[in-house]
Amino acid sequence: MNRLRRRFQQLQASGQKALLPYVTGGYPDAATTIEILRGIDPTRCACVELGLPFSDPIADGPVIQTSFSRALEGGFRIDGLFDELAGQRDEIAVPLIAMVSYSIVYRREPRAFVARAANAGIDGLIVPDIPLEEVDELAAIGRDRDCPIVMLVAPTSRDPRRARIAALSEPFIYYQSTAGVTGEREQLPTDLLENVARLRAQSGKPVCVGFGISKPEHVAAVCRVADGAIVGSAIVRRMNAAVDRGASASATARDVIEFIETLAAAVPAADEAG
Amino acid sequence: MRSQTMTKDAKPTKIAGRFGPFGGQFVPEVLMEAVAQLEREYELARADAAFWAELDEYLRDYAGRPSPLYFARRLTEKLGGAKIYLKREDLNHTGAHKINNTLGQGLLTRRMGKRRVIAETGAGQHGVATATACAVLGLECRVYMGAEDMRRQALNVYRMRLLGAECVPVESGQRTLKDAINEAMRDWMGSVEHTHYCIGSVMGPHPFPTIVRDFQTVIGRETREQIQRVENALPDVIVACVGGGSNAAGIFFPFLDDVSVRLIGVEAAGEGLDGRRHAATLSKGQPGVLHGMHTVVLQDDDGQTLPVHSVSAGLDYPGVGPEHAHWQQSGRVEYTAATDAEALAAFELLSKTEGIIPALESAHAVAHTVKLAPTMPEDATIVINLSGRGDKDCVEVARLSGHELD
Repeated sequence: MNRLRRRFQQLQASGQKALLPYVTGGYPDAATTIEILRGIDPTRCACVELGLPFSDPIADGPVIQTSFSRALEGGFRIDGLFDELAGQRDEIAVPLIAMVSYSIVYRREPRAFVARAANAGIDGLIVPDIPLEEVDELAAIGRDRDCPIVMLVAPTSRDPRRARIAALSEPFIYYQSTAGVTGEREQLPTDLLENVARLRAQSGKPVCVGFGISKPEHVAAVCRVADGAIVGSAIVRRMNAAVDRGASASATARDVIEFIETLAAAVPAADEAG
Repeated sequence: MRSQTMTKDAKPTKIAGRFGPFGGQFVPEVLMEAVAQLEREYELARADAAFWAELDEYLRDYAGRPSPLYFARRLTEKLGGAKIYLKREDLNHTGAHKINNTLGQGLLTRRMGKRRVIAETGAGQHGVATATACAVLGLECRVYMGAEDMRRQALNVYRMRLLGAECVPVESGQRTLKDAINEAMRDWMGSVEHTHYCIGSVMGPHPFPTIVRDFQTVIGRETREQIQRVENALPDVIVACVGGGSNAAGIFFPFLDDVSVRLIGVEAAGEGLDGRRHAATLSKGQPGVLHGMHTVVLQDDDGQTLPVHSVSAGLDYPGVGPEHAHWQQSGRVEYTAATDAEALAAFELLSKTEGIIPALESAHAVAHTVKLAPTMPEDATIVINLSGRGDKDCVEVARLSGHELD
């Protein structure tokens, strides 16, 4: 069975909530990415979202954009990252979801891209710029290759559209906490937990929440209702800072892992969760 | 086709979201409600005679339409061959065809009950036209412009600010037009409730390519009437420059069914099509997805957008409107390209022979005509869509010829 599906089955069975950290892949290089992934404790992390650098990321705020442009300036190639990953996938304990623009998937041809990703050890895909109306082909390929496609529900998604997205998304639904782009925010929206609870009840699927979740308190708050908290920009900001000061691969990885552990420690234990 | 002369309401009809295989909506889920709302509102506006009557009035009394169709006698004599007519979009208020679209989208914004407009701009022409429409319609306006472009087009930045718009520098990516589009989309994702994104060309997710094309078809409708009045026939050839492709779509569209009329789009070949420093998307690109649309793009084999180059900032775009991709595939429209050097020579030629300084964008269409006209008989006719005037380019052209003006 697919690692990502199995992981979410285990979490569901135990009632354990989880962290879903996001790191920019191949940034500053593939070796650093592998080192980070190897160091991630799989007990409180459901999986890692691996962002694939793209030249024109319209859904991303400045922090992730900066990491993308620097990775591309540094010569990032998808095959370079996937080759490295394929060689060391056994050393990585967490399931991996690639977050990738449809511009890239289309260019590499959807069937070839999914096969390439799956062979490299990618366990699922998030393609944030392919809407429900266009996703059928990719969803079918994902089913063939046992590579689930996680879809986003936004606060602006209305029924029956919302229900149709929820039905297609697997093994969990990515709920975007606020309108706007990725990035750290001080406060979570006041109606967030209510919306998550409703989506959870309506879909009967795990719901993980991303966009704006940047500190341990947010993780704890979100996990009271949601099945997982997704943290991206707050982690990538630390990657950017490490690159700024010219840190080595292992020092960068250590920083990132330490911060991810701080966030993961805020995830409530199974018996504390509501 | 919608007509601004329409006097009775029509029944709202669903607009197709595809042009052949191209078009579609490749945007994050958070924008899907906004594009769906725009689609509904535009379908209603499109069928509403009062909407077009109001736009007509602004186009006539404010923008100065209809723009003349001018017989370029001296250019025709100089080139020897087909008679050359210029569709004078350069004479519109703000100096280009862009105002046709921004007045239309401005009225649409008001109709939707939104109060704020955002736009992207490359050279600044669409930014100025948007700021102008917002000023006259009483809307708030913010324009995103690449930091690099702001430096090159300081006068247009000043014009936008004078018109009451906020002009925001974009520091991400290559800091040019495509990055300004990314930034406008990012703004829109967080502001859709009260903000309309006034996109500047026939691009982006459905329904934008259709909306912008509809607002620009006034160019082709007028041309059709005007040429028939003087020549008692349709033109043999229509030539227009293509960046995103809005002026070309606007003049081509009303002639699509007239198969005797050759339609030619001219892209920017920059320093030549053999190298990488060009912006000739249709000549050198391949199918791909960018800025919410499935179209032809200039990308590397990982799907990363390639840097583009043209002497003309308005043609400097790595994608093209999806309807052009469709017209190329169907063979209805021919696409070719003119180099920087050819465009600069045409810029000078038209200035000296006709006393008309064309925009560098439009100079690409003139450059192709320079090659084409002498191969055609003297009773044949060519219409060039002279999409804008060249005052904005004088500093850059002077710099390229070794004169610093500032």
